[in-house]
Amino acid sequence: MSIGLMSDIYMFVLAILVGYEVISKVPAILHTPLMSASNAIHGIIIIGAVISASEARSAAGYVLAGLAAYFAGINVVGGYSLTDRMLQMFRGRPAPARVDASGINQDMAS
Amino acid sequence: MTAISITIGLIYLLAAVGFVVALHLMNSPATARAGSRLSWLGMIIAVAAALAGIVHSGVITTTGWIVLAAGGLAGAATGLVMACRVKMTAVPQVVSIFNAVGGGAAALIAIGDFTRLAAGPGIPGQTMIATVLDVLIGPVTFSGSLIAAGKLQGWISASPVRFPGSRLLTIVLTVIGLGGSCYLLAGNDSAPVLIVVICAALAFGVTMVMPIGGADMPVVVALLNACTGIAVAVAGFVINNGALIIGGALVGASGGILTLLMARAMNRSVVNIMIGGFGTGNAAAASLQAAGAEAPVRRLSAEDAAIQLAYASKVIIVPGYGLAAAQAQHEAAELAAQLQAHGITVFFAIHPVAGRMPGHMNVLLAEASVPYTDLREMDEANPEFPTADVALVVGANDVTNPAARRPGTAVSGMPILNVDQAKSIIVIKRSMGHGYAGIDNELYTNPKTGMFFSDAKAGLSDIISAVKALVPR
Repeated sequence: MSIGLMSDIYMFVLAILVGYEVISKVPAILHTPLMSASNAIHGIIIIGAVISASEARSAAGYVLAGLAAYFAGINVVGGYSLTDRMLQMFRGRPAPARVDASGINQDMAS
Repeated sequence: MTAISITIGLIYLLAAVGFVVALHLMNSPATARAGSRLSWLGMIIAVAAALAGIVHSGVITTTGWIVLAAGGLAGAATGLVMACRVKMTAVPQVVSIFNAVGGGAAALIAIGDFTRLAAGPGIPGQTMIATVLDVLIGPVTFSGSLIAAGKLQGWISASPVRFPGSRLLTIVLTVIGLGGSCYLLAGNDSAPVLIVVICAALAFGVTMVMPIGGADMPVVVALLNACTGIAVAVAGFVINNGALIIGGALVGASGGILTLLMARAMNRSVVNIMIGGFGTGNAAAASLQAAGAEAPVRRLSAEDAAIQLAYASKVIIVPGYGLAAAQAQHEAAELAAQLQAHGITVFFAIHPVAGRMPGHMNVLLAEASVPYTDLREMDEANPEFPTADVALVVGANDVTNPAARRPGTAVSGMPILNVDQAKSIIVIKRSMGHGYAGIDNELYTNPKTGMFFSDAKAGLSDIISAVKALVPR
């Protein structure tokens, strides 16, 4: 087994542990954006498409690389756009202005 | 190692650090968007580094550039259009499609590597292991995710689809896939066998997801997400790239955690769900029986409900799948804002499985401009119920059933929202129909509970107008 493969395996296992630690702390309220964001991260496969295209020499190789680039492009751009679109909707409470202490609720109670 | 390749390697590392920090920033809604942008930045520098690398090495042909640019740009445009057009209720299907193409890309890259090496120098053993893993996992996630998306969208029946011998077919496909893989691993660079393995894996993805009911799709989507992550990491082994390995591993971890969380919240084991046949999709719609025909329940009108709500000082709204199905999130948000304007404390208590994917209900309510501070998770909301004057349950069923606390029922052990501890309870529901667990909800016959039989959207609108009539302002 080469040193390269060994360090790849180290990297893989440690990254899973880091991911587990970091992601356990994400609140349930953000689980859908989290899934979309992690979806976007696996769009990193686009690097594979780039390298695949650089090494292709046959017709089959070009078709495979082009299709991989298409899929990965959807994955990356779609994933990040959708995540951002969702997260921009999560807003804090606007400055409290409408609620006054002598609200209707008390009028009704009296 | 030249200066260029060292720089490129370090940029990949930087990108991976960006991904980890980005996921860390997602631990709060206040910082999540910054995190997502950081992750995007990491992706851009990683792609730039990869492009710089191939320019520097000069191995890419003109045709290579053309297919790369055409494919990448077309993909980017497609992804952008899909992400911008999708309605928030349809997010699960689109996430599932993005997941499918990620898995598909991983498989295509492994196949490309295989054809190139098989035609030339032959395939080294460790590359073959990774290649075989990718042509197994990639196509399964590709076809499985597309079927899941079809079920979520309603193009494919959400109820479990089975035919005689379907389980046998799954077993046969597994045997073909694994047998072919072993043949390849034994050192035979056979393209026909590779194609057979790919076809078996594609078919396996279909037969795996078809028998699973629509209600279980959140778990399936999360699990397939984890699989894509692993497929991408394995592709990283094939082309020896750390960014892919780390990115893929992070996704694998996230998908794995969500799968287990969802399964636990549904009170099912992952194995039980994957074997399929329990979650029967549109059960709620199918069981539109005569509203409350025989059960001894107390009925409420919109006016009764409005009076209870308007005179409360603390109201907890419990939204469920029925609210999402009726697209009533805007009405729910409006009612909450209306009551808050009258000085009433109002927040939403959200069960982990509310919606069609993990956390989906939060997105729907956020879209309806509910501030995230009003969205409470189950553990945070449960201690609040005993002091709530009214718990308003909209389209939620099994997750509020107190029978879950006793052993011996279909929902036993399932984590529930303690709605029955509120001082009074209003349930908006179309009928007395059962939830996915298929049992009566004891909450409905509780003397504190009033049932308002209506569609979630129409019912909430009626209550909003009734409150307005009661307290004009």
